[in-house]
Amino acid sequence: MTIDMSQFYEVFFDESDELLAEAERLLMALDIENPDPEDLNAIFRAAHSIKGGAATFGMTDMTEITHVLENLLDKIRKNEMALTMEHVDAFLEAKDIIKMQVDGHRSGGKVDEDVVSEMKAKLQLLSEKGTSPAVAAPVVAKAAPIVAAPAPVAEVMQPAVAIPEGSKKFVIVLPELSEKDVSNLADELSLLGDVTRVNDAENKVSLTLITEEGADDIVAICSFVLDPDDLIITEQTVDQAVAKASTNVDDDDGFGFFEPVAIAPVAAETQDEGFGFFEPLENKAAIADVVPSDSTTEAKPAATQVEASVEKSAAPKREAPKPVASAETTSIRVGIEKVDQLINLVGELVITQAMIEQRIGAVDHVLDERLLNSVNQLTRNTRDLQEAVMSIRMMPMDYVFSRFPRMVRDLATKLGKKIEFVTDGASTELDKGLIERIVDPLTHLVRNSIDHGIEKPDVRLAAGKSEAGRLALSANHQGGNIIIEVSDDGGGLNRERILNKAKSSGLPVTDTMPDAEVWQLIFAPGFSTAEAVTDVSGRGVGMDVVKRNITAMGGSVDIRSAEGFGTTIRIALPLTLAILDGMSISVGSEVYILPLSYVIESLQPESADIKEISGQGSVVKVRDDYVPIIPLHQMFNIEPKYTDPSKGILVVLQVEDRKAALFVDGLVGQQQVVVKNLESNYRKVAGVSGATILGDGSVSLILDVSNLLRSSRQLHADTATH
Amino acid sequence: MLEATKEQSSDNQLQSMSARDSNEFLAFTLGNEEYGIEILKVQEIRGYESVTRIANSPDYIKGVINLRGIIIPIVDMRIRFNLGNPTYDDFTVVIILNINGRVMGMVVDSVSDVTTLAPSQIKPAPEMGSVLNAAYLIGLGTLDDRMLILIDIDKLMSSSEIGLIEQLTS
Repeated sequence: MTIDMSQFYEVFFDESDELLAEAERLLMALDIENPDPEDLNAIFRAAHSIKGGAATFGMTDMTEITHVLENLLDKIRKNEMALTMEHVDAFLEAKDIIKMQVDGHRSGGKVDEDVVSEMKAKLQLLSEKGTSPAVAAPVVAKAAPIVAAPAPVAEVMQPAVAIPEGSKKFVIVLPELSEKDVSNLADELSLLGDVTRVNDAENKVSLTLITEEGADDIVAICSFVLDPDDLIITEQTVDQAVAKASTNVDDDDGFGFFEPVAIAPVAAETQDEGFGFFEPLENKAAIADVVPSDSTTEAKPAATQVEASVEKSAAPKREAPKPVASAETTSIRVGIEKVDQLINLVGELVITQAMIEQRIGAVDHVLDERLLNSVNQLTRNTRDLQEAVMSIRMMPMDYVFSRFPRMVRDLATKLGKKIEFVTDGASTELDKGLIERIVDPLTHLVRNSIDHGIEKPDVRLAAGKSEAGRLALSANHQGGNIIIEVSDDGGGLNRERILNKAKSSGLPVTDTMPDAEVWQLIFAPGFSTAEAVTDVSGRGVGMDVVKRNITAMGGSVDIRSAEGFGTTIRIALPLTLAILDGMSISVGSEVYILPLSYVIESLQPESADIKEISGQGSVVKVRDDYVPIIPLHQMFNIEPKYTDPSKGILVVLQVEDRKAALFVDGLVGQQQVVVKNLESNYRKVAGVSGATILGDGSVSLILDVSNLLRSSRQLHADTATH
Repeated sequence: MLEATKEQSSDNQLQSMSARDSNEFLAFTLGNEEYGIEILKVQEIRGYESVTRIANSPDYIKGVINLRGIIIPIVDMRIRFNLGNPTYDDFTVVIILNINGRVMGMVVDSVSDVTTLAPSQIKPAPEMGSVLNAAYLIGLGTLDDRMLILIDIDKLMSSSEIGLIEQLTS
């Protein structure tokens, strides 16, 4: 049977990504002087798991490098080598390289083999030179009892490792047979499981078989060679084994596992070594966790102790390579399309429920009280269900935050700065779609803060601040929004310089502008006040992109800054893209949804406030501003109820710094709507960003406000040329 | 059976494949003409319900409807190909198609039946100035005294003639 391994690739890649991210997080948190052995173990296990997976899938390039990495890690966690900064750096680099390899395998991207082999050599070198005897000495002493008993350990390992769960151990005592028959029989039996051959003292041969099959199958196979009646098959249980071990320690290699029992104090050590021969330290810890009594039972009769450890023997063995097992059981990996389907279905349910609620308005409240109660309950349940389902898509901000410590560390080192990085509110949840899109803008802001915000240590000291700058990343909920802040205690923005730069770039500025407006200038395209352009930032591309990305997500950015005290950049984002606060408006017989975030106010203008501008459409005077009017009926070719703006309603909209008044027939209401994609089955429609389903099951289009503003100008330009 | 599945999987070989294997077609009428499309492309058939108009779209795209939570466009073939009177009543039928994962509705006058056509019953479409370009036809199916114009609905719906799917060139 061939199994198509490729179906597991994706799982392996995802798992590798997670393991690498986890390893990086642990590496960043490591205390060089006094590393936590648990952390070292966890890093080792990550490398080990990746190696195992890579080997399973035949990705030898990854196996090789993880193997070298694993070796080095193993030495460190066994205290044979002291952890140095050099190691951590190398590990981080190795992590990047493995990540590159994973990506290479995943998407067929190019892997720089030179870098890989360089890294391998580097790790190897570290692994060799670091083993200084001084460091190793105390460890060797500690490890001595283990090392001192290598012979029994080697023998012991075989049976101990080989008893998988669900298997039984049979001892088959054979009658006298020719050597050829015995080996034939052993071959046959090996089809059932693992066979160990034991020559008894009295020249009798017995075979030990570990198999999942029953005794009947063994008899059936043996009957080809000999008379089943001559055969003695005993199913070996732990008790028997112990009994036998205690009486017949020396000549029964098959149960050699129990041999050390005779020497009680050694037993515990040997077992550890036996089960987890490739991860002794880990196993010790694991056993200690699982059977805390284990080490304390030494005084008890040997038999009980062995029994206890035999029972546990398989467990730590299996756990060791897969330490994340317990973490995995608390979550399941589900395709995003399944979640989206669920969300769609719940959306449908909500609409159906809204329809029922509408109909219920017509029934008699006294006669149909019970029906009304049931509907109320349905309403509540539906709302709960919707909330629960929507929360599936939510991910903690930690997903984003966790990638920064590494970046901050690298950048700070590169720029010769000292930075203390803190995060707050990493458990704050945000829609998965948004969380992925916030990564780039946030990365940019953090880079900016490190490069321009936080000063060099000498400058900081001169300014009376602590040598290390503080960079904080925080997230929290505020109403229906999530607020993400990047703040530093650096030099702050320089008002003078920004204004000068703005003037020289020809931006409309005045010296008396409020601070908030001055700070917004840095979001203008091509705006950089950095004294020197570095490869980190300062080219002036970016802040405008940051702003654009965040606006595209329906969010906003603002800046607070005080010269000499630092800068805080505050991003406000809606919790989810799937739900939007909308205002329904009507034109003719059609109803459209306006995203509420763009709406400033609605008004019914006086005729006197509306001015016609030849060829440019008309404008309305709103307080002291003249705002261009966009007649929606004209844009969408609708037969409107009113053609005179003073009879209808003007909705004043603002996109970035541009304002416009959308002329509609009337306002219908305000509601939360579930945003549906038009493009999945149709195509992009100018002036429409999506669609939603109203309470009555009909579809309503959501207006794309910025597109409308742009195309209205186009429309006017067209009419002007006609 | 195996052959039939294979046929589904390779749409572009449809024309050559259908010459060999018998196929099931859904027959529907537009005006006085009877058409057929591969039944496997049909997701469901439903009545015409009110649509939400899409501004500035061609007149044959009636708009979009809510099909159990997904928004799908509705195309009126009668308007597109000038066949029959585009009237909308309780008997107007919308065939919901699923073409490469994209769902869309097609308004027709009526749906008659599902017929099985053997390869021998499918004749190549003559090159003549029909409303449908011969490139969008599988052929002409003959069944007793009926004649079905077999449309390659995949090609037609993905084409710029309908414009449901954004063209790369535009």
